[in-house]
Amino acid sequence: MLQPLFGGIIIGLAAGVLWFCNGRILGVSGILGGILSFTKGDTLWRILFFLGIFSGALVCYHLYPNAFEIAGLSPTRLLTAGILVGFGTRMGNGCTSGHGVCGISRFSLRSISATLIFMAFGALTIGIVRHVLGGV
Amino acid sequence: MKLLFGSFLSGFLFSIGLSISGMTQPKKVLAFLDVFGNWDPSLLWVMIGAITVYSVTYRLGLANKTPLFSPAFHIPEVKSVDKFLVFGAIIFGIGWGLAGFCPGPALTSLMTLKQDPFLFCLGLILGMFIFKQLRQWKAL
Repeated sequence: MLQPLFGGIIIGLAAGVLWFCNGRILGVSGILGGILSFTKGDTLWRILFFLGIFSGALVCYHLYPNAFEIAGLSPTRLLTAGILVGFGTRMGNGCTSGHGVCGISRFSLRSISATLIFMAFGALTIGIVRHVLGGV
Repeated sequence: MKLLFGSFLSGFLFSIGLSISGMTQPKKVLAFLDVFGNWDPSLLWVMIGAITVYSVTYRLGLANKTPLFSPAFHIPEVKSVDKFLVFGAIIFGIGWGLAGFCPGPALTSLMTLKQDPFLFCLGLILGMFIFKQLRQWKAL
């Protein structure tokens, strides 16, 4: 309980920093999508955000590699999942960070709806994969 | 310049928070989503911690007229729950439940140089491009 709670608090602080300093919502899919659909003058801060992510990740990976244990899924499954997540988060305008953390905190009806929906379908999907199809 | 520092610091903290929280372990995320099986609810604490802190910092920020390093706050303008939001969330949820990765933790995990996050992120960018193209062709 303590690790997830502590990690969550830091995630909330990270989102707070982006809001306080830059007035932006911390939504990873939105920040990444903005790089892919390049707009002049609106790209560099996004790149710096990801450089920040990569730097923090390097530090954490060196201190505590177990925090990055992979599930060992098939390449097809990973690629398919990635495509669905990329498509879905652009279509629905947000992912776990933008809708699940920031949107819920702002009491946004859209984000609360999106979060309930993607959590329900996440549960349904792994439920079917594991308990109907007998997969991992 | 300060703006860039703000986003770097935010990303840096964000990936540390994700790594500590357990979100960068797809097995743990799948166990959290597997409510029909051996459910591990511990990741709920991530949301509780993050939402509690951001609920406060978001409103404290708004109490200032402008952000520290930028002329205005960018508040999402769309308010209605439309079919894009619903179907987008459904498709995202299916992908999340399939691999246990969402965008933040997957991009963070790239630094391990392991194959899993690379394949996922390749798909992630591909999926974003496919959506963008379909929108441009007005197919959606």
